[in-house]
Amino acid sequence: MLVLLGVLVVVAGFAVGLNPLLVVVASALITGMLAGHSLPDVISAFGKAFNENRYVSVAWLILPVIGVLERAGLQERARGLIAGFRAVTLPRLLIGYLLFRQLTAALGLTSIAGQAQTVRPLVAPMAEAAAEGDGPPLTEDEVQEIKAVSAATDNIGLFFGEDIFLAIGSILLMVGFLDQNGITIEPLHLSVWAIPSAIAAFLVHGARLILFGRRLRGSRA
Amino acid sequence: MIGLPVVYGLAGLIYAAYAALSVRDGANPKRWRNGLFWGLFALSFLAGDRLGDFGNGLLVLALAAIAGLGKLGQGAPEGPTPAQKAESARLLGNKLFVPALAIPAVVLFGTLVLKPVVVGGHPLLDPKQATLISLALAAVLATGIALVLLRQPAMSPLQEGRRLMDTVGWAALLPQMLAALGAVFALAGVGKAVGDLVTTWIPMDAKLAAVAVYCLGMAGFTIVMGNAFAAFPVMTAGVALPFLIGKFHGDPAVICAIGMLSGFCGTLMTPLAANFNVVPARLLELKDRYGVIRAQIPTAAPMLLINMVLMYVLAFR
Repeated sequence: MLVLLGVLVVVAGFAVGLNPLLVVVASALITGMLAGHSLPDVISAFGKAFNENRYVSVAWLILPVIGVLERAGLQERARGLIAGFRAVTLPRLLIGYLLFRQLTAALGLTSIAGQAQTVRPLVAPMAEAAAEGDGPPLTEDEVQEIKAVSAATDNIGLFFGEDIFLAIGSILLMVGFLDQNGITIEPLHLSVWAIPSAIAAFLVHGARLILFGRRLRGSRA
Repeated sequence: MIGLPVVYGLAGLIYAAYAALSVRDGANPKRWRNGLFWGLFALSFLAGDRLGDFGNGLLVLALAAIAGLGKLGQGAPEGPTPAQKAESARLLGNKLFVPALAIPAVVLFGTLVLKPVVVGGHPLLDPKQATLISLALAAVLATGIALVLLRQPAMSPLQEGRRLMDTVGWAALLPQMLAALGAVFALAGVGKAVGDLVTTWIPMDAKLAAVAVYCLGMAGFTIVMGNAFAAFPVMTAGVALPFLIGKFHGDPAVICAIGMLSGFCGTLMTPLAANFNVVPARLLELKDRYGVIRAQIPTAAPMLLINMVLMYVLAFR
């Protein structure tokens, strides 16, 4: 039970806004030592796990090409493209992206879009242009909120799409875990039961996007 | 066979270039701190397997201290002004989208076409890491296309990559550090302790209560651990198997599928899921570190409730 103090360190550290890297290090050292390991052993265990998880940081390889494209004017072009279509409103654009992300993730194509690849260079500038329309320039607060909602839409589309794919990590984890406990289930049965929640997520988040668009238009009228 | 070591080597060389360019960046008052940070990151990728566990541990502590105890600087390589960018966008037009679309196209090609290819009895790509290798391949090819098609300077990928990397700053390291923290938690038995806490103190003699405990437990556990995968075995062994499936004879497929998605609702609400919630806030230059989470809670909270209803209705038909 004492090891739960390590979890408490994380929660408290994040809550008071300490630098997350230091919070994580403190929690790892405290948790490991409370579990009865020596300090050098905990440092070794933490280092070993850090080294084994390097693949997590491979995703940053995408930044150079995104940077070059932005240098050449991709964000401006994305804005210009949307500004040319007056029928593309903010809710329509983001609902379209939500659907695209859910459907492609359901086919297992989770890596074809993402925060660095699509949201920063394309979706967020397009959403800003769609919200601005022919009206006055957006305020800084409005830009901030549109960016945050664009990022949220990407995550929600991904999370409530990927579990419909048979061979995604979480499905394989469930199949393996149930198998160990003597319950045999086909991956297909698990992925089918992710569909009702996926539809609900599309409706809930889609409705929120429509309300968000309406609120923005109201405050800008 | 092309596996992770090749990708790690490429990443290490790029981070080493960021380090060198940072040190030479006279416009950054913290150029040495940035140089040291990316240099150590490069070392981890180039030589991590030769440093030993304790050496890697010291490396992580150093990285956290450099970025956590004082702030990293923002590299500012020379680039076009906003007016020049707008002019460039006008001249290049929709050509700008070609490299951007090449990224998903190459990822698709890698996972669908290259993954099954076998050369001399060995697979061309390490089958377990095909997506990650395809993503690295896509990044390289799209950079090449962008340089040629859009006539950008040869050093621009490294300079602009460094600029974006500095924008993300310390958050770039957080997802990997949290993954390592998860391993320490597992070693210390944190999952079991949380599971015991939930199952010892909460009565589950009614079906509805058990459904609520399982779904809320998945979400809550995910919020404190940052990962639904860590929550699933603990909550399912503690609540779903004995009560929902054992006692109330619920359909295990429905219970597990919706239980996992309840965990995902937690993922949307926690800064510990750093690569989804904290990194994008940095990448989009949001003033509020938790801006993305705040935008997600109004969807995640109703979805948690809906998941409970769906589980209650669908699992006990």
